[in-house]
Amino acid sequence: MGYKAKTWFLAVIAVILIAVFLFISIGSSWDYILPRRAAKVFAILLTGGSIAFATTVFQTITNNRILTPSILGLDSLYLMIQTIVVFLFGSKTLTMGSSNLNFVVSVGLMILFSGVLYKVIFKREQQNIYFLLLIGLIFGTLFQSMATFMQVLIDPNEFQIVQDKMFASFNNIKTDLLGIAGISVLLVSAYFRKFIKYLDVLSLGREQAINLGVDYDYVVKRLLIVVAILISVSTALVGPITFLGLLVVNVTYEFFKTYRHQYLLPGSILVSIVALVGGQLIVERVFTFATTLSVIINFCGGGYFLYLLLKENKSW
Amino acid sequence: MVEAKHVSKLYAGKKVIDDVTVTIGKGKITSFIGPNGAGKSTLLSMISRLISKDAGHIYIDGKELGQWKSGDLAKKISILKQSNHISLRLTVRELVSFGRFPYSQGKLSKEDGRYVEEAIRYMELEEMQHKYLDQLSGGQRQRAYIAMVIAQNTEYILLDEPLNNLDMKHSVQIMKILKRLVDELGKTIVIVIHDINFASCYSDTIVALKAGKIVREGTPDEMMDPVVLREIYEMEMKIETVDNHKICIYFS
Repeated sequence: MGYKAKTWFLAVIAVILIAVFLFISIGSSWDYILPRRAAKVFAILLTGGSIAFATTVFQTITNNRILTPSILGLDSLYLMIQTIVVFLFGSKTLTMGSSNLNFVVSVGLMILFSGVLYKVIFKREQQNIYFLLLIGLIFGTLFQSMATFMQVLIDPNEFQIVQDKMFASFNNIKTDLLGIAGISVLLVSAYFRKFIKYLDVLSLGREQAINLGVDYDYVVKRLLIVVAILISVSTALVGPITFLGLLVVNVTYEFFKTYRHQYLLPGSILVSIVALVGGQLIVERVFTFATTLSVIINFCGGGYFLYLLLKENKSW
Repeated sequence: MVEAKHVSKLYAGKKVIDDVTVTIGKGKITSFIGPNGAGKSTLLSMISRLISKDAGHIYIDGKELGQWKSGDLAKKISILKQSNHISLRLTVRELVSFGRFPYSQGKLSKEDGRYVEEAIRYMELEEMQHKYLDQLSGGQRQRAYIAMVIAQNTEYILLDEPLNNLDMKHSVQIMKILKRLVDELGKTIVIVIHDINFASCYSDTIVALKAGKIVREGTPDEMMDPVVLREIYEMEMKIETVDNHKICIYFS
C-alpha cells in the first residue's frame, strides 16, 4: 500500500466509525440524540487531532520517539488548577460555574507557564532541549505533589469531583466549550502552516537543520508554543490524555514507516480519531459507561507498548 | 572568502578559542590540525554558525555571519560534523535529497533531482542509493553524507574529521574526492584532520591550533618541519620526502 492509500484506508475507517457512532440504535428521538452525539464527535475530532498533531511535532523536535508533551508538565498543572479551584471555592464552582471561564483561565495559565518556561530556558544560549524537558518534568512533579496535598485535605465528596477531572472522558463534554476550543485550534493550525516544511529537516537533528538553513531556535520556539496551546486546549476540554498521543504516533510510525510529515501528520490525526471514536463506542456500548475512555486507552496502550518492547528489535 | 577576526569562545569561563584570526582562501583545501582539545572543531562549528561566538566577527564573502539569513547561508556554506547520528531510518537517496532543502524547501523540483543524481554519481553510490543508511559500512555512510553536502552545492564546505573511523583505502578515496571538488567544481573546503600526512599530501594550507590559539599556518611545505611540529604536538618527529610529499614519521 502506498502512503496515499494508507491515508485513505484510515480515513474510511474513521468515517465508518463516526457514522456507526452517530447512528447506532438511534431510535425515534433522533432529533434529540443526534446533536449530542455530533457534539461528542466534534470534541473527539478536536482533541484527538490536537493530541496526535502536538505529539508528532514534539517528538520531531526532541528527536525522540518515546516522549510525549506531558513531560512539559502541562497535565499536572491543569490538575493542580482544578484542585486549587475546588480547594478554595468548593466543588460547586466546577460543576455549576461558568465552564468558559474555567477553560479560559486553565488554558491561559498553561500557556503562560510554558511561555515562561521557554523564555527562561532559551534565554541562556546553547541550552539543549533536554534541559527544558528536565525542568518541565520537575515542575510537573511539583504540581502533582501540590495537587495531591490539597486533595487529601479536602472533603471526600469534593475529591470525587476532582477525581472526575483526573481521567479524560468524553462522556459529558461541555458543549459550550466546543466553539472556543475549535476556534483556538483553528487559529493555531493556521499559524502553524508556515512551519510545516521544516519538520522533516528538524527530524534530522539540530546541527543538520541549521546546516540546511533552518533558523533553529526561532522555529523550535514557535513550534513548542503551538504544542503547548494544542495540549492545553485539549486537556482543558476532556482532561489529561497525552498518553494517547504517544500511542497513536507510534502506531502511525509503524503503519506508515516514513519520516515524511506530509503523511505522518494526517496519518496520526486519523489514527487518533479511529482510536478515540472506537474506544468511545466500546465505552458506551460494551461497558455501558461503567468506565472512561482514558482507562481503555491506557490499558490498550500499555499492552501495545509491552508488545512493542518484546517484539521490536529494529527501530523506525 | 571566509574570515574570522578576533574570535573567542568560552565554555564555563574557560577560553577554548582565544582571540583567533584566520582567513580561508577561495578554491583551496585548508586543514585544521592540532592536538586533542585544541579547539579545531569548535572553530569550525563557529564558522558554520552551529555554535555562537562570544567575541569577534566572522565574515563570509564580506558579510557578517549574523547579517546572513539562515536560508541564504545554507546555499553558501555547509558543514558535516564527525558524529552524524540521525535517528531516522533513511535511504541514501533520501539523505542526499535533504541536501536540496535550502533550494527546494521540501518540494524537489526536476533540477533538484538532477543535483541529487549527480551527487550520488559523484560519490559512486548509484548501486546502494536505495539502501538504508544503517545497512551501510562506515565508509559508505560517510560517502553518503558527503554526497548530501555535494547536493547542497555550497561554495564553502566544512568537514569535521571526515576520515574518522575510515580505513586507508576509504580515507584516500574521500580525500581524492575532496581534491576533485576543489579542482573541478571550484569549491572551498575546510577540514579538521588528525592525520597530518593526509593534511600534507592533500591540502593547500595548514592551520595549526593549540590550546585555543593559532600557533602556525602555512603551506604543507612550511608546516611539515620537525621544529614546527614539535611546537604543535610537543613530540619529536622525523620528516621524509616521498614522491614530493613531506611525510611525517611519528610512531617511535
